[in-house]
Amino acid sequence: MEDIDTQIQEAPKYDKTDDTIVFGFWIYLMTDCVLFAALFAVYAVLHNNTFGGPSGSQIFSPHYVLIETLALLSSSFTCGIGLISAYNMQKNRVIGWFSVTFLLGVSFVIMEIVEFAHLINVGNSFKRSAFLSSYFTLVGTHGLHVTVGLIGMLILMIRIYTKGLTKSSVRRLTLLSLFWHFLDIIWIFIFTIVYMMGIA
Amino acid sequence: MKKTLRFIFITLILLCVAVFGTMFLLHGKNIAVLNPKGLIASKEKGLIITVCLLISIVVVPLFFLTIFTAYKYREGNDGANYSPEWDSDPLLEIIWWAIPAAIILVLSLIVWHTSSTLNYYKPIKSKVPPITIQVISLDWKWLFIYPKEKVASVNFIEIPQNTPIDFELTSDTVMNAFWIPNLAGQIMTMPGMETKIHILAYNKGTYYGVSSNISGSGFAGMRFAVQVSSLKNFNKWIESANRSSNILTMTSYKKLAKPSSYNHKKIYSLKDTGLFNAIVENYMVPVFGGPIMLTDSKG
Amino acid sequence: MNILGKLSINALPHDMVTLGGAMMMIVAIIFGIFYVTYTKRWSWLWKEWITTTDHKKIGVMYIFVSIIMGIRGFADVVLLRTQQATSVGASHGIVSANHFQQIFSAHGVIMIFFVAMGFLFGIVNLVLPLQIGSRDVAFPFLNATSFWLFAAGMVLMNASLIIGNFTYAGWLSYPPLSELKYSPGVGVDYWIWSLQIAGLGSLFSGINFLVTIIKLRCKGMALMKMPLFTWSVFGTMSLVILAFPILTVTLALLYLDRTIGTHFFTASGGGNMMMYVNLIWSWGHPEVYILVLPAFGIFSEVVSVFSRKRLFGYRSMVLAIWAIVFLSFIVWLHHFFTMGAGVDVNAFFGMMTMIIAVPTGVKIFNWLFTMFRGRIKFNASMIFFLGFIFLFTLGGVAGVMMAVPAIDYQLHNSLFLVAHFHTMIVSGVLFGDFIGVMYWFPKIFGFKLIDVYGRVAAYLWIIGFVVAFGPLYILGLMGATRRLDHYPAYTGWQPLFIVAGVGVFIIALAVLFQFIQLIVSYRKRNDNIDITGDPWDGRTLEWSTSSPPPFFNFAILPEVSNRDDFWEKKQRGLNSNNKEYTDIEIVKNTPIAMYIGSAACLFGFSAVWHIWWLLILSLIAVIVFIMIRTTDEETEYILTASKVAEIDKKVQWKI
Repeated sequence: MEDIDTQIQEAPKYDKTDDTIVFGFWIYLMTDCVLFAALFAVYAVLHNNTFGGPSGSQIFSPHYVLIETLALLSSSFTCGIGLISAYNMQKNRVIGWFSVTFLLGVSFVIMEIVEFAHLINVGNSFKRSAFLSSYFTLVGTHGLHVTVGLIGMLILMIRIYTKGLTKSSVRRLTLLSLFWHFLDIIWIFIFTIVYMMGIA
Repeated sequence: MKKTLRFIFITLILLCVAVFGTMFLLHGKNIAVLNPKGLIASKEKGLIITVCLLISIVVVPLFFLTIFTAYKYREGNDGANYSPEWDSDPLLEIIWWAIPAAIILVLSLIVWHTSSTLNYYKPIKSKVPPITIQVISLDWKWLFIYPKEKVASVNFIEIPQNTPIDFELTSDTVMNAFWIPNLAGQIMTMPGMETKIHILAYNKGTYYGVSSNISGSGFAGMRFAVQVSSLKNFNKWIESANRSSNILTMTSYKKLAKPSSYNHKKIYSLKDTGLFNAIVENYMVPVFGGPIMLTDSKG
Repeated sequence: MNILGKLSINALPHDMVTLGGAMMMIVAIIFGIFYVTYTKRWSWLWKEWITTTDHKKIGVMYIFVSIIMGIRGFADVVLLRTQQATSVGASHGIVSANHFQQIFSAHGVIMIFFVAMGFLFGIVNLVLPLQIGSRDVAFPFLNATSFWLFAAGMVLMNASLIIGNFTYAGWLSYPPLSELKYSPGVGVDYWIWSLQIAGLGSLFSGINFLVTIIKLRCKGMALMKMPLFTWSVFGTMSLVILAFPILTVTLALLYLDRTIGTHFFTASGGGNMMMYVNLIWSWGHPEVYILVLPAFGIFSEVVSVFSRKRLFGYRSMVLAIWAIVFLSFIVWLHHFFTMGAGVDVNAFFGMMTMIIAVPTGVKIFNWLFTMFRGRIKFNASMIFFLGFIFLFTLGGVAGVMMAVPAIDYQLHNSLFLVAHFHTMIVSGVLFGDFIGVMYWFPKIFGFKLIDVYGRVAAYLWIIGFVVAFGPLYILGLMGATRRLDHYPAYTGWQPLFIVAGVGVFIIALAVLFQFIQLIVSYRKRNDNIDITGDPWDGRTLEWSTSSPPPFFNFAILPEVSNRDDFWEKKQRGLNSNNKEYTDIEIVKNTPIAMYIGSAACLFGFSAVWHIWWLLILSLIAVIVFIMIRTTDEETEYILTASKVAEIDKKVQWKI
């Protein structure tokens, strides 16, 4: 423990700040993780309380969700490549790959909105039953996070486009991709627990 | 100056403690939890005393040690040892990890044991056949239903002594908690759910029950009397209640369920024996348009 | 649709007591504004305080808010005690039932969230960076934002006194009572949003301090060389980041239930109200330890210093902290044994609850043996500490009793329970905070508080506490439940309630002495000035810099090699004279944290009153402020080595 501490102390100054920020962001992701864990717990408690309304297997469409999932998973991949390009200081590639990520993210969000709108239109809104309340909230919270990520991505791309790859924007890209991968992992849980186990 | 101040205040603190001791003794008979009149409450009292004694094994020496240490090692007492570097002693530390842990272990066994023996859901064994009373908490009163005896009452229960009583509880409003300190501890009532408690009263007399969980503005008025009487008197009461001109049906229940506070005791003759189940189920499945039917009248 | 949502003229107070309270608050605000204008301190307030990112000043602001809120919380107590002493039989006391319920709900929320939490974050802010030899927290701007979110929650909570009302469902507002059907007003929404916003601030602080402790310790300070206060804060902040997201979720779900008609906790629609109780307590129980652990840390520091002896059983203490942190997450169910969970479940949680008593007991024994063979200085701090040992242990006995589910059935939700948790929080948390403030006061303000007033206050606090809460223990055993606005005369409770009211009066006297202590010490500050930076013959790093410290804390970052390094160095007479100053990066002052707090407050207000356009507007404002801040590349400036040397020499010259 002491050795590690000393190393951190002796590392160059600018690295230390970056290191601290990334570490702080990790801790933030942990808190977000707890937040989702609580929502998952709520879903687990309520998922059978359909109160005469439809159950998961009646409303989930496996193919649709699979496409959503693939969109998000591949966006995680393109985001990763984008970040590597950022570390290599290839500005155009960064913008290219993150644009692909952005489009995939947007299509994911649009697909989710369409799904929600459909459910509400046929009378299966969050007001219908406790199951649907918890479903909309869990998936919606994830969707909200993705949207926030997309807004961040847009702003960051504009900055990189106008001011180039500065140190701070590379750091922010690192944080953004951490966030993006984190949302991906959460989605995998949602996909498994909500959709797969709901359909099965 | 400093010493006088200290002396005055310490005397005052001791005086306070002494006053409380006396107050405790003076009110002794009035302290419901420590004057149990039924099986469950007696066991609970016994448990309170056992636990207190067990914890005293640590707490009493701790207090004496504190007073001793504070006095002996005060600044200015140059005769006492002073070892500023003395900061650990494995043996001592093991002792104060181990002894409390041992006591907690004993307490844990007690917890484990009493959680099943004092389980409210377990019927009380007795030669006397039990009486079932269904309890419904309303805004802001208690409705008691004797389904077999076809009697119901508001804010009043009459029970025979030495007879097991099986309470089935629910709520047709928010959460409440059912508590008769002289007879047994509390259990919550919740809409759409049924909880249970089994009690047995030893002594005749009038005791009081309350709701111990906040349920809105009339909450403080949710007191009810529990009349423990002989079996003969109880049967008499049932008979007279059966003749009551107040009749409880779903219709009159809906009127009763409207919010009202500080209700007086009222006795009903029961016509609709399925009332309790209807109220519980009303929250569970969306038949008859959901629970809105029953309580929407609140406005 | 109304442009002001649910807001209308009817929201203003109708009854005399609320009106009086509201008027008093408005007068106080106007007086404050007038005073600042009269003394021409607006620009000073803006430059030195409102825009600051300095952890010391933020700490002072936290404590200032806590003291103000403490006065309001105490005013609530006076009303509660008067009501309960008078509302017997035919008399219905001074306030209506509904109003009474709002008062105790507000009392709980204020005391926990805005007094205890405020003191906690205040003291941590003041001390922690100094104690680990750092120039500031890891993220100074985030720290300021946390404070302003805390302040925003506080403002929102107080706004409910003037506009609208507050929840009457208790400080944790259980559904279904807090659902729209049973609480149609805005009270619960005020509760939700003031907690939500302040809670977000706490969460950010949690992240911030955790990173600060892990990343910013000075050279040589390995984990096992950290002072115990730092360890306690480490444990606390771990709890914060694990527990507060649960609160965020729970409150959000309740708001959704109330606003868009979901069915999380409703009685119908398949909702599960027991889930709410589980969720809120799986935040709520760790919260108790979030409050008490830093106080334990303060005791550890103070006892060691005032006994002039090393802390006994350092390793045990650290182990005990982490045992408490771990156990605090698996005991929440003991808050509702009476809900009828299964026998095994109740038994398990009962046992876990009692196990927590072991590490707590170990800490008490270690403090005792820190005093043993020491030289104990009986100042106000130590009197509070001794009071703590006795009261806390007795409260703990009550706690262990209630950990046995079968006993809890008899004592739950009675005044016995109320007396128990007040014993724990007042003696454990509040006494700890008082000690902390008295102990670190000279470090921050440069002069000591006069001890004699503190001693009188300490004695009065202890006596007042016994008189105020002793009767409640007895009342609980007599069958008096909590939150009663009225009781019949035949219960025979009135004399005890009156005694409890006298206790409150004694506590008021104690508080008065504390204010006298502050005022007199301020006026005679020149007699008690601390020129050495080390008024108590301290042991930890915060005493190695001047009092008050320069805004960069340490001209040269310290290096340590021992646990009580500063003490060791003093004993060996080491004094490093080679001063090689370096450039320091300082975060510039910025008003954006305050803007974010204000926008958050508006957001909460519009969420309470359903003023949707304002809600969106304030949300956009928050996003824009964050954008402005994150795109600003020049948030820091460099304080050159020569400048540092110049400031340091001035300080040294003073010494």
